[in-house]
Amino acid sequence: MKKTFKIAFIILLCLGTIAISALYISQHTIDVLDPQGMIGQKEKELIITASLLMLIVVIPVFALTWFFAWKYRASREARHDPDWEHNYIAEYCWWGVPIIIIVILGIATWKSSHELNPFKPIENGVKPITIQVVSLDWKWLFIYPEQGIASINFLQFPEKTPINFAITSDAPMNSFWIPKLGGQIYAMPGMRSKLHLIANETGSFRGSSTNISGKGFAGMVFTAKSSTQEEFNQWVALVKQSPKQLTMQEYQNLAKQSENNPVEFFQLQQSDLFDRILMKYMMPSHE
Amino acid sequence: MKASPTTAHETYPDTHHDAYSKTIFGFWIYLMGDLIFFGALFATYTVLNESTFGGPTARELFNLPYTLIQSLVLLFASFMAGLGGTAAHRKEKGRTLLFFSSTFVLGSLFLGMEINEFARLIAAGNRWDQSAFLSSYFTVVATLGVHVIFGLLWVPILLIPVLLEKSLSHVSIRRLTCLKMFWQFVNIIWIFIFSLVYLLGVG
Amino acid sequence: MLGRLTLEAFKHDWIEYLAGISMVLGGLFIVILITYLGRWKWLWKEWITSVDHKKIGIMYLIYSFLMLAKGLVDAAMMRAQQAVAVGESMGYLTSEHYQQIFTAHGVTMIFFVAMGVMFGLINLILPLQIGARDVAFPFLNNLSFWFFASGGMFVIVSLVIGVYSGAGWSGYTPLSGIKYNPGVGVDYWLWSIQISGVGTLLSGINFIVTILKMRCPGMTLMKMPIFVWATFVTMILVVFAFPILNAATAMLFTDRLFDTHIFTAEYGGNPMMYINLFWAWGHPEVYILILPAFGIFSEIVPVFSHKKLFGYTSMVWALVAIAFLSFIVWLHHFFTMGAGPNVNAFFGIMTMVIAVPTGVKIFNWIFTMFRGHLELKTPMYWFLGFIFLFTIGGLSGVLMSIPAADFQVHNSLFLIAHFHNVIIGGVVFGFFAGYTYWFPKFTGFKLNETLGKYAFWCWVIGFLLAFMPLYLLGFMGASRRLDHYDVAEWQPLFLVAGVGTLVILAGVGFQVLQVLVSIKQRKENRDTNGDPWNGRTLEWSTASPPPFYNFAFVPEVHERDAFWVMKHSKIKEKAIRKYEDIHMPKNTAMGFYIGFFSFLFGFGVIWAMYWLVALSFIAMIACVILHLYQKHPDYHVPADEVKMIERKQNP
Repeated sequence: MKKTFKIAFIILLCLGTIAISALYISQHTIDVLDPQGMIGQKEKELIITASLLMLIVVIPVFALTWFFAWKYRASREARHDPDWEHNYIAEYCWWGVPIIIIVILGIATWKSSHELNPFKPIENGVKPITIQVVSLDWKWLFIYPEQGIASINFLQFPEKTPINFAITSDAPMNSFWIPKLGGQIYAMPGMRSKLHLIANETGSFRGSSTNISGKGFAGMVFTAKSSTQEEFNQWVALVKQSPKQLTMQEYQNLAKQSENNPVEFFQLQQSDLFDRILMKYMMPSHE
Repeated sequence: MKASPTTAHETYPDTHHDAYSKTIFGFWIYLMGDLIFFGALFATYTVLNESTFGGPTARELFNLPYTLIQSLVLLFASFMAGLGGTAAHRKEKGRTLLFFSSTFVLGSLFLGMEINEFARLIAAGNRWDQSAFLSSYFTVVATLGVHVIFGLLWVPILLIPVLLEKSLSHVSIRRLTCLKMFWQFVNIIWIFIFSLVYLLGVG
Repeated sequence: MLGRLTLEAFKHDWIEYLAGISMVLGGLFIVILITYLGRWKWLWKEWITSVDHKKIGIMYLIYSFLMLAKGLVDAAMMRAQQAVAVGESMGYLTSEHYQQIFTAHGVTMIFFVAMGVMFGLINLILPLQIGARDVAFPFLNNLSFWFFASGGMFVIVSLVIGVYSGAGWSGYTPLSGIKYNPGVGVDYWLWSIQISGVGTLLSGINFIVTILKMRCPGMTLMKMPIFVWATFVTMILVVFAFPILNAATAMLFTDRLFDTHIFTAEYGGNPMMYINLFWAWGHPEVYILILPAFGIFSEIVPVFSHKKLFGYTSMVWALVAIAFLSFIVWLHHFFTMGAGPNVNAFFGIMTMVIAVPTGVKIFNWIFTMFRGHLELKTPMYWFLGFIFLFTIGGLSGVLMSIPAADFQVHNSLFLIAHFHNVIIGGVVFGFFAGYTYWFPKFTGFKLNETLGKYAFWCWVIGFLLAFMPLYLLGFMGASRRLDHYDVAEWQPLFLVAGVGTLVILAGVGFQVLQVLVSIKQRKENRDTNGDPWNGRTLEWSTASPPPFYNFAFVPEVHERDAFWVMKHSKIKEKAIRKYEDIHMPKNTAMGFYIGFFSFLFGFGVIWAMYWLVALSFIAMIACVILHLYQKHPDYHVPADEVKMIERKQNP
């Protein structure tokens, strides 16, 4: 009787934990599992599919382990074959089935690596917007070369519009990530990475860096806002009236170390700022 | 369970479990590890050798005839070591001392030539901190140089006991064999350097 | 004279003072205790200068347990910080301190706990299992331990003098370069890894030669215990992988000290090259950690199932396959660095392929239990816990091996949950299983079962509470290494994780209690015949603890599970055998001295005290020469003495 009570208690505990977790999950946004962008959606599908495929192996492993551990306990005096160590059918099964699963996953890997290649532009008939991203110590600088504006720790773009990110760093390596929209890519000094994302709807999304870059790393949070086209145009017009000018000199100031920077807006005076930052690492400066 | 160790000797899966066999085999494995170490350095050089950051390239800097002479010097140094190893196995004390001493002299000459090469580059303003190419060049070649220094250090350390003992002991033979292998390894690494760095750089 | 070392190096915040002072006091306490008990000579003669693999193994374990304590304190501090540092609150740790803690936590746990306990167990068991009297190079074995200890001291000393690195245990460039981290922290990190890495490499060579050259008569490769196979394959990984780490850190060192531009972003350097080299070592490294654990389970499951291991040959081939594959997957650590779809896909697929031989091993263990006669003692509990946790970790691993999926979880807490899942579920549980299983062999008595089981449940439940929330947090967008965050929703999950950490600490508490209680109860749990579990392999044929020479007579084997066969064979043992002199190596102090001077060497470089560097370098060379010039490095144990020892152990 005590044993049954013990088992019932454990099962109740497990169910309780699952219930609480389910409750928590339903009350909160899980960015990666509730993406608002096409790229993020495809990545989520991949995650779910892969997990389900692997359960084909994981569930039998758990079931067999617990079943055998229970059935063949010494006290149960079950059948004992001390020298049985070989069985072709069994081996074919657990070499064969995982191989098949891996082949399926492998094909999915190949296809998705190409389809979701961060360097691949998104084609949906809408003219893309170019945003240049520079990770600094310890904030994010967003440059809009076509609109002639720039901002710190905030970016806005129209919904349903492909965004072409060009990314670099003027600091140690960081990683540019907006989980609600899609996967990340590293920002590296002297190198130009690319990322292509798109927002399906309007909204405000959290972004951050995932690769440690020094003391103020945890403060490198930014907001990515997806708005309607009109709202975006209005925002650009507003920023263009900003008293702050992003000249080369102002940039040198900005690049100095600072933490937990508030959002700032600039008129972009140095239109090729991004390229200059890159070139700094490629050739000796002749200033 | 049966039989005393002596008769079981023949049934050991590997009968070569004596000290000589183990040491030589262990030293081989160490050399393979060292080879991988150099491999990582070479890989880095291959990635960085075009990054001159606006400065001079390999073609402009390297002096092939000089390097060729260096290579011959090192080749002979290791060849002498090979001869020394054979002499040691034959317990020919005098020859052993002669050959390994030649290795020491030739190896020192090689090292001198290397230092001279570095001094020349540095004097002309091409120090290792001027570009990634120069950094990885100096790193690869200097690492070999450090190996040569150890190889040179090791010669008197091993030859002094040989000088003092009446005839070559097992221990000396074993250690001199390792020294021979080391010098031959250094030579092989230099051949890689000569081909990858100098020949490919200038060619 | 004192280079860069000034009084500033001793200034810390109050938490660091607390840690440093408690360590110094702890060290003083130990020194006073040893003096009080008058045990200095004994310590020096019996342990520090010992070349006996069993003593060296125990020293590895003790050192690793101490480092585990430090690593767990680091973990608790991190959990405490993250439980409170949300929104307006910045927690109780500064960012710099927090970053040093997670860096030290990673280095401590990987290099000085996981590697330490595995190499400790291998040292203890390997020669016994192959019927040998010691490893191939006993002096080198001693030296390897002292290099390992010296490496660990850099982590410890940095708590008192200077600071440790805050760039993460992986030390990515250019953050770890001189431009962004000009202080001594990264240098401490460099030397802790470099010196202990040399020790590991030497051990790798040692164990390979031991396995290939010193097996007893009749023990062909396919008759070796699987633990020996696992060790063999692991050491091949060590010899191939560690030189790469040595090269990467050596070049980072020249970047920092000599201003070379190999991994800098300026002057044409390539920081990505460091990352490639680091992970070319780093991935084999995690297999170096797990394969011995697999070997341990392959020993335990058959013994506690009273059944032969299922599929010995497949198990061997699976080990070989895993080892080979582990060299062609390293890029999966940086899918997000933009290598392009073809390269990413290739490495992703190779990573998944490793799941196949790993799965084969798991099924082979499960089917060893099938139709067995299972004794569910503590080691089997650890095995069952391993199946549960490691499989979940494997699932999350295969998930991350798909590059496009990895883009959303790379460097998030999902990743942290994954690798703790496989390392704790695999390496740590494997060690605990082996520790419990082999404990009686080296102490002469078993560990208390009940406390062992309590510890197990605390570890499993604690692990689930501490790390399952992290999977969720990763999906919610939480990255790793955050000393502070702005999303209030995450806090409850961090609190649950904090509770989990406390439960794990309770588990460790039970394990400490277990040792104390077992010592008290040792008479009841005494191992009287050297074979407390009805074992199958040769180590159980010796007394508990074995005599220093292991075997009076080198065993001769004919089949796998040699000891089991011997126990059940019909062939009568020859009653009278003639004892022979046994050839044994002498103790030596040179390993300790070289290790000690290697610490001074590194310390001197870190603080730019170049006179110290030169002197310790000369001292090391001098020690090597003294060692080489030893007249009589070995001795013979007379046959009569052997006879006496054997008679005493088997009356």
